Amino acid sequence: MLPACVRSICKKSIPANKALGLIARNGSGHTVGETQFETQPFKLHKLDEGPSTHVTLTRDEALNMYTQMHTIRRMETSAGNLYKEKIVRGFCHLYSGQEAVAVGIKHALRPHDAVITAYRAHGWTHIMGVPPFEVLSELTGRRTGCARGKGGSMHMYCKNFYGGNGIVGAQVPLGVGIALAAQYKGTDGVCVTLYGDGAANQGQVFEVYNMAKLWDVPCIFVCENNGYGMGTSSVRSSASTDYYTRGDYVPGIWVDGMDVLAVRQAARLAVNYCASGKGPIVIEVQTYRYSGHSMSDPGTSYRTREEVQEVRQTRDPITSFKEKIISHNLVTADEIKEIDAKIRTEVDEATKKAKAEKEIGIDELPADIYANNLEGDIRGVSIFQPLKHKRIGPAVNV
Amino acid sequence: MVSKSGRTLLNLASLNRVISKRAFSNSKTLAAKQMTVRDALNSALDEEMTRDEKVFILGEEVAQYDGAYKVTRGLWKKYGDKRVIDTPITEMGFAGIATGAAMAGLRPVCEFMTFNFAMQAIDQIINSAAKTFYMSAGRVNVPIVFRGPNGAAAGVAAQHSQCYGAWYAHCPGLKVVSPYNSEDAKGLLKSAIRDPDPVVCLENEILYGVQYPMSDEALSSDFLLPIGKAKIERPGKHITLVAHSKAVETCLDAAKELAGKGIEAEVINLRSLRPIDIDTITKSVVKTNHLVSVEQGWPTCGIGAEILARLMESEVFYHLDQPAVRITGADVPMPYTQSLEVAALPRPADVVDAVKRLLKVK
Ligand SMILES: Cc1ncc(C[n+]2csc(CCOP(=O)(O)OP(=O)(O)O)c2C)c(N)n1
Ligand SMILES: [Mg+2]
Repeated sequence: MLPACVRSICKKSIPANKALGLIARNGSGHTVGETQFETQPFKLHKLDEGPSTHVTLTRDEALNMYTQMHTIRRMETSAGNLYKEKIVRGFCHLYSGQEAVAVGIKHALRPHDAVITAYRAHGWTHIMGVPPFEVLSELTGRRTGCARGKGGSMHMYCKNFYGGNGIVGAQVPLGVGIALAAQYKGTDGVCVTLYGDGAANQGQVFEVYNMAKLWDVPCIFVCENNGYGMGTSSVRSSASTDYYTRGDYVPGIWVDGMDVLAVRQAARLAVNYCASGKGPIVIEVQTYRYSGHSMSDPGTSYRTREEVQEVRQTRDPITSFKEKIISHNLVTADEIKEIDAKIRTEVDEATKKAKAEKEIGIDELPADIYANNLEGDIRGVSIFQPLKHKRIGPAVNV
Repeated sequence: MVSKSGRTLLNLASLNRVISKRAFSNSKTLAAKQMTVRDALNSALDEEMTRDEKVFILGEEVAQYDGAYKVTRGLWKKYGDKRVIDTPITEMGFAGIATGAAMAGLRPVCEFMTFNFAMQAIDQIINSAAKTFYMSAGRVNVPIVFRGPNGAAAGVAAQHSQCYGAWYAHCPGLKVVSPYNSEDAKGLLKSAIRDPDPVVCLENEILYGVQYPMSDEALSSDFLLPIGKAKIERPGKHITLVAHSKAVETCLDAAKELAGKGIEAEVINLRSLRPIDIDTITKSVVKTNHLVSVEQGWPTCGIGAEILARLMESEVFYHLDQPAVRITGADVPMPYTQSLEVAALPRPADVVDAVKRLLKVK
């Protein structure tokens, strides 16, 4: 028996995404420049008007979205394999199944908007500008990683992307602070602040809903509801699983997070809403994680294999998008094959290189503890082993 | 959620590595039953729940999932929803609920998935649990145990790899235990549960899956270890090595190596960080005239810093032939990089090096 959240996903599994406009002339290799789709309806909380369910998608956007989602999927498969080879150590939280969330939101952002998330960060890191090689190198702990191998799976950063945070819920106030900085500087930028259905219960989330609303901070709270926080299903952790309503006085939108176009629609509305000074907004994206919580969790003691299979077969965000764009002649099946092959080569190459790279030298153990070190030597494991502080950086946030 | 050798949560097969080579070479201990630290903790919880109706457990994934590290395995099945409670991920909230329940006469065992996450709840641990008995002039007891894995794990980077020994030992009103092996774990946790004061029990995740011998006495459901008493793990006369938790193992390894060079190191397993058994340390230093403290936590205001300061303040200072020194975790956040992570923690070679310098041997 499926939990309610999954059943509700599955029910909508064959949506009537009919092309409304430019139907392709034929199916043999000709493509159209753009077409229109209809998404599932959104659910609204304290909003008079929701996102439009009519979506226009250009061929370029389709190619781009597909490429991005598929790259994340390949990268995560590779990350999982590296973990099994014991080259990735510690934790390894995969994003497979949730790709449409990052990609859909990113397509609504402007260059000066920021993002912060938790430890399930590989996909977001890539989408925010880090090539697979640097993500995978971070995972293997090598010097070519985007944090020089010091951060690992959970801690990756780049311009306008503030990680990669390991303490459940703690990134949420940070996101509001990042949004406050945009408001303070008058940039009209927003900060997308992501957290899980488990994290949604942390007290600090509610503290900052309040302040964000009081001060009209341009923060888009995104609750990635993948049904589980570790081994606990959302119904066992949350007195209300309508996460889009849990900001109370903060308006909210529920969106099918397996539909990249619907996610983009919701995010576009949210960006406009926040950037126009109306204050914060919550988006709940209903999604699913295929793997266990982290690689060492088989992920089958608290849900059935059938449940996972059913989502994969009926709601996969990549397969469904691919079928959609091929059947509406935005791209051809051959083009998809080419993209797939290209991504495979790129990620495989990146993986090989990320394995072959070196770790940073031991001289970097005491590097970048401070921007301005006032301590002189840094103490090693004993008084007999002093270390020299170093600055490496460079900072991407100033 | 990490466990031995860098594999993460729930990878039990890889956890159950047998420790064998070190320390237990006489035939009597070899014959003793072996038990993992995890199972020792589990039996402590089980026995105390059977003994006292008021004992209950709450925390993240402790019930249906059997615990993120399986320390509570089987307890939910045995004792049910009322006494083994899965909480949402809300440390501040459930630590406060547990503390309130203790104030009202229950004996909660509040599990933190790791002590890194107890930082979300540290206000309740210190401001509510540790201080209430004093503030109420002895009218409101807070008999609670806060427990979970503490200290450096493997491959999990800065936010998940830190020792909180010094943090909690700093606070009057708290008792703090830091078990090393299975006997420690069982005896100290049982004492903690029965204690009328709040006790922080700092377990070591890397050691959960390691087996240690359990004496017949330790297997009994009456087995208790006194809070505040250290144990001499290995007697010696040339130098005192004092440590807690996994650093005890580092010391035992170092002592073995030193023995090959004719140096007999006395290894003290602190077991408790508050109160700290300064008597045992003092007696040892009077005998050996040298001291090295070893811990995985940071140096500044650490456990070693406290021990050295206490020696300075007392007569035993005059028994030292050389300055006492601390071996600690390097004074840096924990890097993910494997080679740096290794270098950030004390190794037996670091202890051997310090000992040789103090004893002026090559
Ligand atoms: C404060 C804190 N408590 C507990 C943990 C351990 N932990 C890490 S992830 C996780 C589950 C979070 O679930 P959710 O927010 O739904 O995110 P998801 O993993 O599904 O992406 C838990 C309990 C932590 N990292 N931080
Ligand atoms: Mg979740």
